Amino acid sequence: MTDDAIVVDDLRVVRGGREVIPGLSMTVPRGEIVGLLGPSGGGKSTLMRAVVGVQVVASGTVTVLGEAAGSPALRRRVGYLTQAPSVYADLTVRENVRYLARVVGADAAAAERAIAAVDLTDHADARAGALSGGQLSRAGLACTLVGDPDVLVLDEPTVGLDPVLRRDLWRIFRGLAADGRTLLVSSHVMDEAVRCDRLVLLRAGRVLSDSTLPGLLERTGTTDAESAFLALVDADDGRAVDPPPEGYRGRHAGEGS
Amino acid sequence: MNARITLATAARILRQLRGDHRTVALMLVVPCVLLGLLAWLYADSPVDVFDSVGPALLGVFPLVVMFIVTSIATLRERTSGTLERLLTTPLGKGDLMLGYALAFGVMALVQAVVASAFAVWVCGLGVAGPLWLLVVIAVVDAVLGTALGLLASGFARTEFQAVQFMPAFVLPQFLLCGLIVPRDRMPGVLEAVSDVLPLSYAVDAMKDVATRTDPLGDVLPSLGVMLVWIVVALVLGSLTLRRRTP
Ligand SMILES: Nc1ncnc2c1ncn2[C@@H]1O[C@H](COP(=O)(O)OP(=O)(O)OP(=O)(O)O)[C@@H](O)[C@H]1O
Ligand SMILES: [Mg+2]
Repeated sequence: MTDDAIVVDDLRVVRGGREVIPGLSMTVPRGEIVGLLGPSGGGKSTLMRAVVGVQVVASGTVTVLGEAAGSPALRRRVGYLTQAPSVYADLTVRENVRYLARVVGADAAAAERAIAAVDLTDHADARAGALSGGQLSRAGLACTLVGDPDVLVLDEPTVGLDPVLRRDLWRIFRGLAADGRTLLVSSHVMDEAVRCDRLVLLRAGRVLSDSTLPGLLERTGTTDAESAFLALVDADDGRAVDPPPEGYRGRHAGEGS
Repeated sequence: MNARITLATAARILRQLRGDHRTVALMLVVPCVLLGLLAWLYADSPVDVFDSVGPALLGVFPLVVMFIVTSIATLRERTSGTLERLLTTPLGKGDLMLGYALAFGVMALVQAVVASAFAVWVCGLGVAGPLWLLVVIAVVDAVLGTALGLLASGFARTEFQAVQFMPAFVLPQFLLCGLIVPRDRMPGVLEAVSDVLPLSYAVDAMKDVATRTDPLGDVLPSLGVMLVWIVVALVLGSLTLRRRTP
């Protein structure tokens, strides 16, 4: 038994005839929030699919809570939020969450709590198809939270949400981590990096960096996650890391505070 | 597999249908309109053709309608990501299959009662055997359509393909079920094929109920064949449904 909730060892994934993940190893410590960042098409969703056990893998192993990813014992303990809002558009929010609750063996009260947690109580009886994009993705998140899983794999849970909601959701995530839950969260929004315990930068299926944010900033000599990320990508391309144009750097320096 | 999850899944599918009033109305009204049209078509013919074609149609509707509805519904689950999420939960593949079969079985019961009542009392279809047996056959027939739809949708990658499976899976059965040419007057090879296809047994069973006062002995073997098909299709369907996808 290790202290790592998720262990990925030399994972190789081929999708559509292309090697999307060419041999990736990483770990997610128990009780931490690990942010998965990286360019579009970098393999974040593919890696997450492998962790929840719905991705055909070419070789390598993924272990979650000491069991092989996707094994029956894990299905109650791992919660997955797909990148596409996977809710039934012709059911209400409440009906969606209650259905998932019954599938994972939670009760109606848990469903109400999950709906409240994503701030959708006012819209609980609205048909999911009639929700806004952000509301829809929160409805999907409620379906993931309802089973109170030990490991949460969340594929872009905060996409399209306003800063207030994002902050509220991150408070929930932080609370879950404080309770010993483990979270693997992918994001495009670099300022969310601040909220993670560790950051994994993924590019073309490879780990460009796996460290804490301060560690990342120190290594790249930058002041925020976005510039650190750009610096790593440039270095990866073998390009010299040019100092950014003055105005650009100034804008980011201002934002970082 | 788990009874709680199977029932929750069936209830969820019925809720989805209930929210879609137009689909429910179409499922109930279209068979009646077609039966009415057919009765009208033969209204002036000297022999009572409707009495021989009507029961066969009662055997065709449930299978065709449930096949289409099921294959579209499950394809939607695949493409929307809801299936991907479900497959990471304790839900078993059998729970999903049986959930669909149960939900559409309930829909079929309503459809069968409405269509049979309309055929007998409005269109004047002569039925020698018991009416409840018509409804039982229609329900088994509909579950068969659902099971075949689940199986077919496993092979469909797009909505267009799913819709094309209707003519591909169902029309050959329709041509060979004995409605157009009686089965014993078909060329030998086609008769043999017809003897395997499940819709033939649904149509035979319906005809038996319509023409015999005590049809149970003839109907039970046909129902048996349909049940075997249901089990085979559901098992093959769960085998083609993979938790892991490329
Ligand atoms: N269903 C699929 N079939 C074949 N290839 C796929 C499929 N889905 C994704 N890919 C390929 O796998 C690679 C990684 O995709 P993935 O969805 O994991 O990226 P991502 O990092 O999640 O991107 P984004 O940030 O845009 O969501 C891409 O090159 C993509 O083209
Ligand atoms: Mg993605």
